Amino acid sequence: MYIYDQHDHSILQQRVEQFRQQTERYLAGDLAEEAFLPLRLQNGLYVQRLAPMLRVNVPYGMINSRQLRRVARVARDYDKGYVHISTRQNIQFNWPDLADVPAILAELAEVEMHATQSSGNCIRNTTADQFAGIAEDELLDPRPYCEIIRQWSTLHPEFAFLPRKFKIAVNAAKEDRAASQVHDIGLDLYENEAGETGFRVRVGGGLGRTPLIGSVVREFLPEQELLSYLDAVLRVYNQKGRRDNKYKARIKILVKAMGPEAFAELVEAEWERIRDGYTRLTQEEIDRAKSFFTEPSYQSFDSAAIDAAIAEQRAESTAFDKWLTRNVRQHKKADYASVTLSLKPTGVAPGDVTDKQLDIIADLADEYSFGEARTTHEQNIVLGDVEKARLFELWEKVKAAGFATPNIGTLTDIICCPGGDYCSLANAKSIPIADAIQRRFSDMDYLYDLGELDLNISGCMNACAHHHVGHIGILGVDKKGQEFYQVQLGGSAGNDTKLGKVLGPAFDAEDIPLVLEKILNIFVENRIEGEEFLQTYQRIGMAPFKERVYAKDH
Amino acid sequence: MPKIIKDGQVYEDSWQSLSLSEGDSASAVKVPEGQWIVPLNVWLEQKGTLKSRSDVGVQISIDDDIELLADDYANLPLLAFDFPAFMDGRGFSAAFLIRDRFGFQGELRASGAFIRDQLCYLQRCGFNAFALNEEDLEAAKASLADLQEAYQASADKAPLFRRR
Repeated sequence: MYIYDQHDHSILQQRVEQFRQQTERYLAGDLAEEAFLPLRLQNGLYVQRLAPMLRVNVPYGMINSRQLRRVARVARDYDKGYVHISTRQNIQFNWPDLADVPAILAELAEVEMHATQSSGNCIRNTTADQFAGIAEDELLDPRPYCEIIRQWSTLHPEFAFLPRKFKIAVNAAKEDRAASQVHDIGLDLYENEAGETGFRVRVGGGLGRTPLIGSVVREFLPEQELLSYLDAVLRVYNQKGRRDNKYKARIKILVKAMGPEAFAELVEAEWERIRDGYTRLTQEEIDRAKSFFTEPSYQSFDSAAIDAAIAEQRAESTAFDKWLTRNVRQHKKADYASVTLSLKPTGVAPGDVTDKQLDIIADLADEYSFGEARTTHEQNIVLGDVEKARLFELWEKVKAAGFATPNIGTLTDIICCPGGDYCSLANAKSIPIADAIQRRFSDMDYLYDLGELDLNISGCMNACAHHHVGHIGILGVDKKGQEFYQVQLGGSAGNDTKLGKVLGPAFDAEDIPLVLEKILNIFVENRIEGEEFLQTYQRIGMAPFKERVYAKDH
Repeated sequence: MPKIIKDGQVYEDSWQSLSLSEGDSASAVKVPEGQWIVPLNVWLEQKGTLKSRSDVGVQISIDDDIELLADDYANLPLLAFDFPAFMDGRGFSAAFLIRDRFGFQGELRASGAFIRDQLCYLQRCGFNAFALNEEDLEAAKASLADLQEAYQASADKAPLFRRR
């Protein structure tokens, strides 16, 4: 993981001090509400329905045990003892006092964490594959480049007042787990035929009110030129992006209006001018970034003996077997595995985790995974580097801590925004919908039979839960003060990113479990051996689902 | 005389701004003696005579095309960039381009609706003078030093990775 040097610490300390003074001026009445608004947002602080919400960055999802313990302590000392993992891999505190926020930021800075630009019209936290560096299908480790982007984007003087927020994701695996095609900039890291490292650059993807898939504007960008190219893209956007209507202010609208080719031409012209300037990355800097993401001290074991032991444990315990199947993933090293801790047990808001659980995760990370963990955009936490031989003992501890629900990748591993229970932007609640679905579909064997299913629930069209790219997406809408839920089918966030289509008129909250049941029945009745939901949907289309769901009862 | 922050200090502002009244035309309005900041259209119309003066600067607004001054950056003593709203960040990129692409060396002044808390970013993008709408400029100028170390390149400084 990246470790701060004196420069990183001093940059962050200045930022904490700056915000402390701004908060003091605001509380003293010396800084106007409308001027303080973007300043607090760029320090992660929203004012929500019931209290402020503080969003802390977890850069590209990497977090260590010391940071986990500090987050737990802050949740305990300043909040109500729990936090929420967001779909940008970040951590949200729901109930801090505005006056405490500078102190919270100072406590987090001590462990190299910050909330800088976690909201506001600026460059947000860069996200990546939660299995970066450990996935068996990875081409190159994206994290050194993510850190380079984090540093470049942090307090960038030119791009703090963009037309709208700006999100960057980096994918470096065969299977895109970073949803890079629905980001303002999506970077695919790869090696070209000449053996050079670089990026395929997509611009103008995004969800929200106008969901769009990004367009490739450059097939290969050499790694040394990453930052000059990003500067060029942002500069064109900052100058040309619309500022008259916040719903048309994202870069995707600009790219669509100009056409990707015309947009790319402007970017290339600016880039040609600056590419040999001092923002060009040095090999030394790339190597420095890479030096923080070397392999931990993996060991070799007797693989055959381990496999035999695991086979025996599986045979003895069906629960362990289910957990292994759903929540444990093959690691690039044969004798290691990646374990996903499910934050989606029934009865808990998806992605919520308590201070005590965070302390337990920190202990488990220290004991089983070289002191590191990862937050995922599906709102779970991963222990990335677990020795296979110790999976059974880890499972017993994970089970005791409440993280062993074997539902990863299934219907009940719901991606869900905080919704109307917390968020002042929401049109409708989302957590109770997730809860009702989890209660209705509690039979694990049924869930396993359904196979891979991404169910995403957003409480408004800002789409924090990425409902457009869920296999099944649910969107809360408001009609004359009443909450309704629109259902979409056929979305996908992987390599073949697709936006879901609306099934039809929206439903009352209490109808959603039944609607879902009808949709799943159509799938089960129509699937051909081995087909996942998405494949069946693509083969048979929307009509059969629509017909069943909206059929009049007689 | 109004005050201004320039190169980190508070000064009496010796420049005056010329604005066109009703009936004035950009080509005919007289630019008096003394230090005057004139609107871009006045400059473009009267450039032939004004460019011999070293006491005439140009006011540009957010929608002006900064390329119109491409031939003038080398000689102009002052450019004032007007911010229509502090959330409108186009001026940050404009300043960077004026310094970096056009090599402007004179006084680059921010005017209009920007706020104290942006001083440090504005300075890093290339502004060196600030007609800030606040009472206590001595207190406000402290914000220039809010973030002294930075990762990225500034108008006049290499990025941290080249200095680390």
